[in-house]
Amino acid sequence: ADIISTVEFNYTGDLLATGDKGGRVVIFQREQETKSRPLSRGEYNVYSTFQSHEPEFDYLKSLEIEEKINKIRWLPQQNAAHFLLSTNDKTIKLWKISERDKRAEGYNLKDEDGRLREPFRVTELRVPTLKPMDLMVEASPRRTFANAHTYHINSISVNSDYATYLSADDLRINLWHLEVTNRSFNIVDIKPANMEELTEVITAAEFHPHHCNVFVYSSSKGTIRLCDMRSSALCDQHSKFFEEPEDPSSRSFFSEIISSISDVKFSHSGRYMMTRDYLSVKVWDLNMENRPVETYQVHEYLRSKLCSLYENDCIFDKFECCWNGSDSTIMTGSYNNFFRTFERNTRRDTTLEASRESSKPRAILKPRKVCTTGKRKKDEITVDSLDFNKKILHTAWHPTENIIAVAATNNLYLFQEKVN
Amino acid sequence: MFVRGLKRKCFDGEEDIEGTLAGIKAIPSYNLQRQSLLDMSLVKLQLCHMLVEPNLCRSVLIANTVRQIQEEMTQDGTWQMINTQSTGQASLDRLVSTDILCRSSRDQAEGKHVPAYGTFNKDFESDQAQDSSETMSTASSVQAPRNLQSNVWEMESPQENKGNFQKSLDQIFETLENKSPNSVEDLFSEVDNSYYDLDTMLTGMMSNTKMGHCDSLETFSSPTNTASNSNCKSDLNDLDHIVEILVES
Repeated sequence: ADIISTVEFNYTGDLLATGDKGGRVVIFQREQETKSRPLSRGEYNVYSTFQSHEPEFDYLKSLEIEEKINKIRWLPQQNAAHFLLSTNDKTIKLWKISERDKRAEGYNLKDEDGRLREPFRVTELRVPTLKPMDLMVEASPRRTFANAHTYHINSISVNSDYATYLSADDLRINLWHLEVTNRSFNIVDIKPANMEELTEVITAAEFHPHHCNVFVYSSSKGTIRLCDMRSSALCDQHSKFFEEPEDPSSRSFFSEIISSISDVKFSHSGRYMMTRDYLSVKVWDLNMENRPVETYQVHEYLRSKLCSLYENDCIFDKFECCWNGSDSTIMTGSYNNFFRTFERNTRRDTTLEASRESSKPRAILKPRKVCTTGKRKKDEITVDSLDFNKKILHTAWHPTENIIAVAATNNLYLFQEKVN
Repeated sequence: MFVRGLKRKCFDGEEDIEGTLAGIKAIPSYNLQRQSLLDMSLVKLQLCHMLVEPNLCRSVLIANTVRQIQEEMTQDGTWQMINTQSTGQASLDRLVSTDILCRSSRDQAEGKHVPAYGTFNKDFESDQAQDSSETMSTASSVQAPRNLQSNVWEMESPQENKGNFQKSLDQIFETLENKSPNSVEDLFSEVDNSYYDLDTMLTGMMSNTKMGHCDSLETFSSPTNTASNSNCKSDLNDLDHIVEILVES
């Protein structure tokens, strides 16, 4: 199994897609509750597997293009088939996943094995009949959106109009129409005329869930810009600028790096947005630009270890974050296969671990705690014994129920709220 | 993902307390640690992946960190390039704990406690205050050799180094940018280099830092720039030599 690089539920939560470093997409489907197997409700089983992207070679630059899937985004379902967008560093693809459980038999011009019948053998006309067959799930690429990004794509986001979507790389954001592959509109361009003056890059972008003209993008300097596409064709001028003033007493050489935003997500309500930087998660009210309304420390105990984390490159890890369906709880990952949830109303936070040892099926997860003082209590983990190779970068929350998907390197964990 | 070429792991917190209590080495000065961070950052910038384009966000963040250090060093008037080719021991001393850098520079100057960071940090600071007074009293044996070494390391004037450094930083960005060659020569030079990249990779020579794509960075460690040498860069020079031989053959 390859390293999982993205996890995403669809709009109903019945399907869960994962993308991996090898360019494969694996889709899981939730089992329907049946009388014969009442306990199987909520289980996700493999529904479809396909190779979305292949490694490519850019001959002009003599560089490999990784096939790693950076992001998957589902389209809302409009007919029996499911559609999703998957992207690697350079190319976005629209995939159609459809089921086939019937087969037509009794063609006039073809034999059962598909060979054309000799015309003189056709002595009578018959109507083909549909016969059931074993369920087959087919994935077929419907569109390929290529050659629009010089830099590495970090985000894609489907618009609420369900007709357009944006793709963002380090310096530019493009707007696409789902039906048109040979043209895209550039809506943000922060590339300086002289690349030597480059000090800031785009790290994530997302469309507003309800207003199809509004999107946000975050930067490596810890800022978020909200743009309105009605104001101008090129949204280099932002409509709103979100930045928390820096605390001068905590300034260090690593301040900028840890302020770099790795993920931005609107709440389902569209009233708030959440950003993830290296040490914290912040919730912003879209109506207040000068500071976030809530800040949650994910692993503040790492602040004194920033130098080591810079040395081994962990400080550049890009953690994602997600909302639950009602926007009451937020979740993000950490190291040592820990992930954290924060309840916004009660301010209660929980640390859980995604590992084989602590996750027997149907067992309840035990909350974990990292020891920050000198005296380690029983069951606590010291900061120095944390495994920084076990990082949870990708998590997803079911849109309506309390089911979460957690990707721990090359394993996918699914947890569910215990129902009595 | 460990940075190649660094002799010693950068340690933080409790380990540092033990190191200083052992009494063998004095707590490294802020300048030394800052220099160490600068060197680490420069090495990181030069580490280009063989076949895959480097992560632009990471490069930009590291470059900004380098600029910050450079600005601060310029303000301090301590902008000096350190030549460690003389002794390996010198470089070892330089690559010391940079934990102090993780805290704000203002705290450094005022030596005040940083309440937010939990009790073990506080302990470290009180230990440090204790230790620095100790080392002050036992002054000469530890401090003097260190000063001597920094005199030896002082090679070029600050101005020249700054110019070279800025030039190198610019070249790094040019490399990152010029993946789409805009002239025929560029096109061919890139193709040529990639051939040697594959070749040297297959023959297992890819042991160290940069190869063909980053070869604008070669000028960073060019013969004219004598002062900007560290252990990492002397390795780079060896690699250049090897690549030169390949090209000629």
